[in-house]
Formats: sequence, structure tokens, C-alpha cells
Amino acid sequence: MSALVEINDVNFSYDQRAILKGINMSFGKGKVIAVMGGSGCGKTTLFRLIGGALKPTRGEVKIDGQVIHELDERGLYEMRRKMGVLFQFGALFTDMSVFDNVAFQMREHTDLPEDIIHDLVMLKLHAVGLRGTHDLMPAELSGGMARRVALARTVALDPMLILYDEPFAGLDPISLSVVGQLIRRLNDALGATSVVVTHDVQESLKIVDYVYFIADGVIVAEGTPDEIRASDKPFVHQFVHGEMDGPIPFHYPGATSYAQDLKVSA
Amino acid sequence: MPLVKSVRAVGHRTVDIVWRVGVASRFLFQTLLQSGMSFRRFNLVVKELFASGVMSLVIIGVAGMFVGMVLGLQGFETLKRYGSESALGSLVALSLVRELGPVLAALLFASRAGSAMTAEIGLMKATEQIAAMEMMAVSPIARVVAPRFWAGVISMPLLAAIFSAMGVFGGYVVGVVLIGVDEGSFWSQMQATVDFQADIMNGVIKSFVFGFAVTVIALFEGFDAPPTAEGVSGATTRTVVQSSLAILMLDVILTAFMFRGA
Repeated sequence: MSALVEINDVNFSYDQRAILKGINMSFGKGKVIAVMGGSGCGKTTLFRLIGGALKPTRGEVKIDGQVIHELDERGLYEMRRKMGVLFQFGALFTDMSVFDNVAFQMREHTDLPEDIIHDLVMLKLHAVGLRGTHDLMPAELSGGMARRVALARTVALDPMLILYDEPFAGLDPISLSVVGQLIRRLNDALGATSVVVTHDVQESLKIVDYVYFIADGVIVAEGTPDEIRASDKPFVHQFVHGEMDGPIPFHYPGATSYAQDLKVSA
Repeated sequence: MPLVKSVRAVGHRTVDIVWRVGVASRFLFQTLLQSGMSFRRFNLVVKELFASGVMSLVIIGVAGMFVGMVLGLQGFETLKRYGSESALGSLVALSLVRELGPVLAALLFASRAGSAMTAEIGLMKATEQIAAMEMMAVSPIARVVAPRFWAGVISMPLLAAIFSAMGVFGGYVVGVVLIGVDEGSFWSQMQATVDFQADIMNGVIKSFVFGFAVTVIALFEGFDAPPTAEGVSGATTRTVVQSSLAILMLDVILTAFMFRGA
């Protein structure tokens, strides 16, 4: 199957600090891919590079054959119309009702009459199980519900690529599982490609087709969920089993040793 | 080398300020350039007119009346010394229309509506709503900033007019109803001395300029705020401080231009 997103030798530095170092990835059409790694490993930077919010220092991100950083503003906006992005906490517009949030892109980008928009919004809300909330304001929703409404808004225009930034952060176990299942179901129903940037190992391994692990700006492991579960690489083992110490040390390195700090001879 | 250090610090600060002014100018230019949507979909502006204009009506009206009442009291005290209490009407009206109406209404507008704009946009940024909009291929400048900008520019002269009208009413209540200045001379003096072009229109120009300045400062500070709690609170404070100083400074400049001399 051909790849929808190709990331070729992408490097990104911020203030001369290298965040991503030579990343190569390929996301096939119809797949759900997880990009995992600890906090501060460069996941969000990668996410922003795919969305065209940042420009790589070297290398390129290609979506549907087009190099993202070479597009002008109009081209980038055209490309973004084919993408859906779910932000970490949903990023619902707080001054609009649930209905208006889901209808937002339809009203901005299409000339559809209001009765058709109404039906489409209801379909999308029904798909995430929240048709009954259409006249509520975002502040009246629980965290899990807000995330599902945001999901409905993300897929409002049937995107070909859906990006999820930490979709499981701060959810209770039921909402977590519901959001996970919805990501898979919506992806399959739309025939889209989904990229889930997350550090929730257990939930994402249940729903994805392929996993990339990033640490310190490089890919340290990749494979299908079964390969990842069976992996004996120390980093993957530590991450999947949530071990306290391992390749990612528990202690933040300091300039002086523990003995020096306590002023005792080693 | 403390001297070198302090010279360097002054240099850095100056470069920072110039840089910020440049970024703000570009922001204003982009806002004007992307204002098409605000006029094509005027309901977006109407919604913001309600938020910044209508919601400021009570504070503007009440403050205007109090200021007019004080003018009535103070004006009567002073005019009585020269035996010209009958000129109270023109004193109240001229002070309000030429100066106090535009300036005080703009100061109140900056603290009521300007700070709200900054906080709202700053929080939209902190909660990734602005980023979400960009990722949905909708320009936040066209969709969020421009309608608020035009709402501010349109509502400010109207609020200043209401402030002045309420002030005149306050002056009337104190001067005529409570102190007993002759009603006929109160209104006829006012009618005879207030000139439409030189007084009222100059006041309108002032309030328009103040509205422009306050709205640009408020929107830029919100859009530029670091997406954190401290960032948004700092930006809100800066909006009120910078707007107030800008209003008073622009008032000096505009008054100097409008001054007709002897």
C-alpha cells in the first residue's frame, strides 16, 4: 500500500538545540500509527512538522506527494483542509455551542445550506455518541465528552489524514477506551490515515497498526504492536512496562555527584 | 564593568521595543488586509459589538452621569465667583464633548472591553483554540482578530457620545434641578456655544483615534501573550497600562492640532 505521509531524514533544531535528528517514517494509507516516547522527546515537534506549523532544519515531510514546507500559505491552507487535528485537550471554541463547534469548518469552507449542515453535524455527533449534547456549551461537558466532541469536529470534513496530539491525556479508563475505539473506527470508516502522538502504551497498542518509539530525537524502535510487546530492547521494555529505571534514568544528571552534594567521601 | 552592562541593557531594551513595535505594525497591517471577512459576514462584527460595546454601556452611562454631576457642582462653584452661573450649561457640555467624554470613555473602554479582549484571545491561545483554527485552515486574524478590531473602532465613538450625553444630563440634574440654575439659560447657552465642527466633530475624531489605539493594543497583547496563566495576566495588565498612556499621549497631540489659538 502506498504511503500517504513520508518523513525523510527530518532534522529540527530549536535555538541550536537538536530536537529531531534524522527521522525517517512512512505512514501507509488506511493505517493508524502511534508515535511514542517520553515527555520532551520531540513527539509534539514532529506533530507540528507534519501539520506545517514548523519547518524542518533539514529533510522533508511529504503528504500525498507534496513537500509541506515548500507550500506557500495558500497551498498549506489547501493541504490543511484535507487534514484533521485533535489537540491535547480538544481545543473546542469556548464561545460556541457543541453544534457550532462541529459545524465550524463546514460553515467556513463550504457553501452548504444550513439544513444540510444540521444533518451532517448530527451524523458526526452521533458517530461519537454525543448527539444529545448539541446545544450544550463546551464548559458543560466532562473532559472525556469534550475530547469526543473535538473528535467529531476533527472529522467534520472527512479528512484523509488525522493527527491526534495526546488524545488519551487526563481521561478516566472508560473515556480512554471509548476515545481509543473511536479513533480506530473513524479511521476505518473514513479510509483515512491516523497518526497518534501519545505516551499511553497500553491503550494505543490495542488500536494501532504500527508503532514508532522516539527518544532523544531519534527513532529507537519500531514495529507492529505484537513486535513491540515482545521486544527485548531495554528502552522499549522500560517504556512498555513502565519501569522506574533503565535507559531513561530516574535521576536527572547533575554537575556534582551525590557524595559531593552530601559532602561525604565516596 | 557596570557602565558597559547598563549601556548594553538600555540597548537591548531599545531593540526589544523597536522590534515589538515592528511586530505590532505588521499585525495591524495583516488585520486590515484580512478584514474582508468581517464585512462579508457582518454578523461576526455585530457579535463583538455586543461584547465590547453593549456590555460597556452601563459603566459608560453611569460614569458619564457622575462626571457630569461633578462638573455641575465644580463648575457652579467657580462660575458663581464671576457671576456667570448661567454659563454652566456650556461649561459642562464643552468640557465633556471636547475632552472628558472621549478621554474618560476611552479609559473605561480600555479597562472594561480592552482587557476582556486581551484575556479572551490570550486564553484562546493558551487553550490551543487559535492553533486549532489555523490547523483547520481558517486564519485567526481574519476570523477572531479583525471582527473585534472593527467592533472596537465602531463602538468607541458611540460610547463616547453616550458618555457625553449622560454627562450633560448629570450636569443638568445637579445644576438645574438641585442647585436651581435657570433652565432656559442652561440649555440656550449650551446651544449657542457648542459648535458642531470645532467641538463635536473634534471629539468624535478623538474618540475614533482612541478606539483604534486601544483595540490594536488589546488585540496585539492578547495575540502575542505567552500561552500561560502569568503570560495572559501580564498581557492584560499591559493592555490597560499601555492603552491608558496611549490615550493620554494621543490626547495631547490631537488637542494641540485642534487648538485654534487666540
